[in-house]
Amino acid sequence: MIHVELLRMVRRPRTWMNLILLCALPIIVAVFIAVTNLVPAPGQGPAFLSAVLSDGSLYPAAGLAIVLPVFLPVSVAVLSGDGVAGESGTGMLRYLLTRPVARTRLLTAKLVGTMSFVVTAVILVAITSYITGVLAFGSNGLKPVSTSSSSGAVSSATTGVSIGTVSTSLSGTPLGTGQLIVRVAYGIGYISVSMLGVAAIALFLSTLTDSALGAALGALAVLVTSEVLATLDAAGSVKAYLPTNYWLAWIDLFRDPILWHNVIRGLGIQGIYAVVFLGLAWANFSTKDVTG
Amino acid sequence: MIETRQLTKRYGAVLAVDRVDLGVREGDRYGLLGPNGSGKTTLIRMLLGLVFATSGQIEIDGCPVPRRVAQVLPRIGALIEGPASYSYMSGRANLALLDSAGPGPGGGRRSRRARVEEALERVGLAGVDRRPVRAYSLGMRQRLGLAAALLRKPTLLILDEPTNGLDPRGIREIRDLLIELNKDGTTVLLSSHLLGEVEQLCTRIGVLDRGRLVIQDELAALRAPTDRILLRTPDADRATALLDGTLLSRDGDRLIVRGVDPAQLNAHLVGEGVRVAELVRERRSLEDLVIEATQPGSDRVDQSATAPAWPHPDPAPDPHTVPAPDPDPDPDPDEMTSAEEGTR
Repeated sequence: MIHVELLRMVRRPRTWMNLILLCALPIIVAVFIAVTNLVPAPGQGPAFLSAVLSDGSLYPAAGLAIVLPVFLPVSVAVLSGDGVAGESGTGMLRYLLTRPVARTRLLTAKLVGTMSFVVTAVILVAITSYITGVLAFGSNGLKPVSTSSSSGAVSSATTGVSIGTVSTSLSGTPLGTGQLIVRVAYGIGYISVSMLGVAAIALFLSTLTDSALGAALGALAVLVTSEVLATLDAAGSVKAYLPTNYWLAWIDLFRDPILWHNVIRGLGIQGIYAVVFLGLAWANFSTKDVTG
Repeated sequence: MIETRQLTKRYGAVLAVDRVDLGVREGDRYGLLGPNGSGKTTLIRMLLGLVFATSGQIEIDGCPVPRRVAQVLPRIGALIEGPASYSYMSGRANLALLDSAGPGPGGGRRSRRARVEEALERVGLAGVDRRPVRAYSLGMRQRLGLAAALLRKPTLLILDEPTNGLDPRGIREIRDLLIELNKDGTTVLLSSHLLGEVEQLCTRIGVLDRGRLVIQDELAALRAPTDRILLRTPDADRATALLDGTLLSRDGDRLIVRGVDPAQLNAHLVGEGVRVAELVRERRSLEDLVIEATQPGSDRVDQSATAPAWPHPDPAPDPHTVPAPDPDPDPDPDEMTSAEEGTR
């Protein structure tokens, strides 16, 4: 069933449209910056953006930072919310289940499909952003362009700011190309895992309803709530458990040495959300009357 | 082949299927009849493990369902409540995808193309091109759904309204196909509310009414001649006098006579100089049987009905009252009971 799901996604025009849009956003931003030479002041706007003017090869990180907070989670929510509810809506669910495809296997295939999309999307964004960045801003290669040493190590990634003087690493020490590639790879991995929570929540909602749109909207509502609570001091006690809380922790991967603390906590939170909601999805779906 | 015992499905307060003992034997062409909302689809979905029964048992080919349904499903081809497909792919791609989704015997990748082509040919879609299913007509989609059911050469076909959307020629083609498959050993369970379709195709009949299986028998037995003879004669008055005692009723020149031998009756009448225009032993029509055994379908919503349309209020509607004006000016033409209700 997993290969069937992947094949189906590859053949589906919507998947490609989604990927193209995801890759296009950083390109559009790059074009504007290259034309105007205006970047957000350090500490404002998407991470890394202020640094790309001096080194285009950092643009993959900037591209990911542009896509991560909204665009990617929306795609994941739509895709994952479509998982079971979409099949139910077209009537294919009953034909798949009587083929037979075991219900657990169907859920697994849906999750694998969504996560494959995420990894593909993140890698494609990184690659297209790199090409865009080098073309638009040029590459400084190995030459360190430290302007000033930043106190990045103490800045909190959860606020998503204070990445002022990045040129090489956030901590001011130069990173070799090899190191940069390793860090970007870590970043890609971490961002992909960050989407696991959304995917699991959307998939669970998808087993509750026959409306793919409803499931996607539900998952987005959870994300928006989480983002709102994150900025609210009154909700400080639950902040550490919000699904979006550690999304920006991957920025710590670009510090020297890497600050693992938030990254590991982020992975843990995503793991918990995945286990809980996939468990709920499984429990609900495997006992559900399929009438759609 | 299929056996259910006291099978019951309850949705909240609604009893969709009520203590049904269905028995489909190997080699049957079994027709499941019943008004809309009588539980046909719920019953079929339970057989396929899609809906879980509230109580009761199902056994298919000796395997308990839904516990070991995965074991029997590879041998079952099903069409449930209309065909479905991924509309952005061609029919061929859809079948190949469905085929590769399923495990089990006869599922090798190398023979997949051949299986798909054969299934398409069986349903009359052999020449179909690469258009996406989105561009198919209703009839083509129905045929594609049947092809999907036939992919793995099932020994049991469970078809819900298989000729929906087909033109008369298409209906006949599918009927011939099902009879041919049945001759080759495939058991067919088919649900429909089209009596004609079932009458021409099926060997055994089950009738569902409000979740209960009210009739289950061989079609031939159900349609067995009665002990009454229908007679039409221009000399009705003389015949009435002659047949005193065996005459059951008279309507103009039409008489209903008790008896089982039309030939003897004919000889008797002609011997007395009574001319006989028509003479035939009465047979019950399937339609009469079904309408006698069932209540109006759940898609009929009369104004007088204060309770929800389904389940129906328990007492049978009084046959002498004229039904309240139907709020729906264009009732479903397939609905079996609406037209006859007032006259029964």
